[in-house]
Amino acid sequence: MMRRLALAVLLAGALGAGTAFAYSDPSEVLPNPAEEARAEAIGRQLRCLVCQNESIEQSDAGLARDLRAIIRRKVAKGESDKVIIGWMVARYGNFIRLDPPFDAMTFALWGAPFIALGIGAGVVVLARRRGPTPAPAPLDPDEQARLSRLLEP
Amino acid sequence: MSAMLPSTPLARRALLAAPLALFGIGGASAYILLQRMERGTYDPHALSSMLVGKKLPAFDLPGQPPSPGFTNLDVTKGGRLGLVNFFASWCVPCLQEAPQLQRLAAMGVPLWGIAYKDKTAATAQFLAANGNPYRAVARDASGMTAINFGLYGVPETYLVDPGGIVRWRWAGGISADVMGDTLLPLLKRYG
Repeated sequence: MMRRLALAVLLAGALGAGTAFAYSDPSEVLPNPAEEARAEAIGRQLRCLVCQNESIEQSDAGLARDLRAIIRRKVAKGESDKVIIGWMVARYGNFIRLDPPFDAMTFALWGAPFIALGIGAGVVVLARRRGPTPAPAPLDPDEQARLSRLLEP
Repeated sequence: MSAMLPSTPLARRALLAAPLALFGIGGASAYILLQRMERGTYDPHALSSMLVGKKLPAFDLPGQPPSPGFTNLDVTKGGRLGLVNFFASWCVPCLQEAPQLQRLAAMGVPLWGIAYKDKTAATAQFLAANGNPYRAVARDASGMTAINFGLYGVPETYLVDPGGIVRWRWAGGISADVMGDTLLPLLKRYG
């Protein structure tokens, strides 16, 4: 029983780790659950500039904490998601967005799968156009004799 | 797949040379990259600043006693270029760049220090121990001015031209190489 309980706790911990939020301070959380959910959704779209591979919602870096607080202040003031993310992008550039927009800088990033697909299609078309490899010329009598000799047990 | 093999010897040779050339270019690029990383003139984690080409964001920060505070307009008052340097007593690269800042101060370059999220006493101790190269030192206790700059770590240095436009941002300590290769030529250009 104890072992099962321990396992359950461990599993719960492991599952929770994937979605863990790095609140170091419970007072960070907005009292209104709908507003808090919106703030978390915005925070999950923004990169922590310090650790660079976490969202600011997951990171415990000081800067991420400050940015979380700013998001919550803005959400409580009723600013739209677009305005809040725009405020962040104005300061930190599109790099702060974990989901970068399609623009002149990122077209290669978004277009790469299609470019690869195009190259593949080109190779297939070229190979088709060449047609099947012609069948090898039939063996002449000498070669036929050599082959028979080689194949003899 | 034999249908795809090139038929002429020249095409065959080109196909063999292409990967070799690609490896060559890749190797040379990696070598240059590593050299620059070692010299500290390239940081793969560095982000480009949104502020370059724009005016300084407005701020009015209190001073670190005995220094008075300053505003964004003070930095280029009198039509001079200025360097804004965010630092903190708890930051190691800030210690490492101290000799370069001293050199800049000795050259007469106006340095404006902003203590980022630091305690007044700790900042005072840091300046006493490492020398104070700044024309004035202000305190950004909340870190809000830093966020308006797009700062993501300390130290960060911003070069502001006499017209008040930010021309260069360096994230991390200014090494002797960064100083010689980048900053000094920029100071000459905008000074």
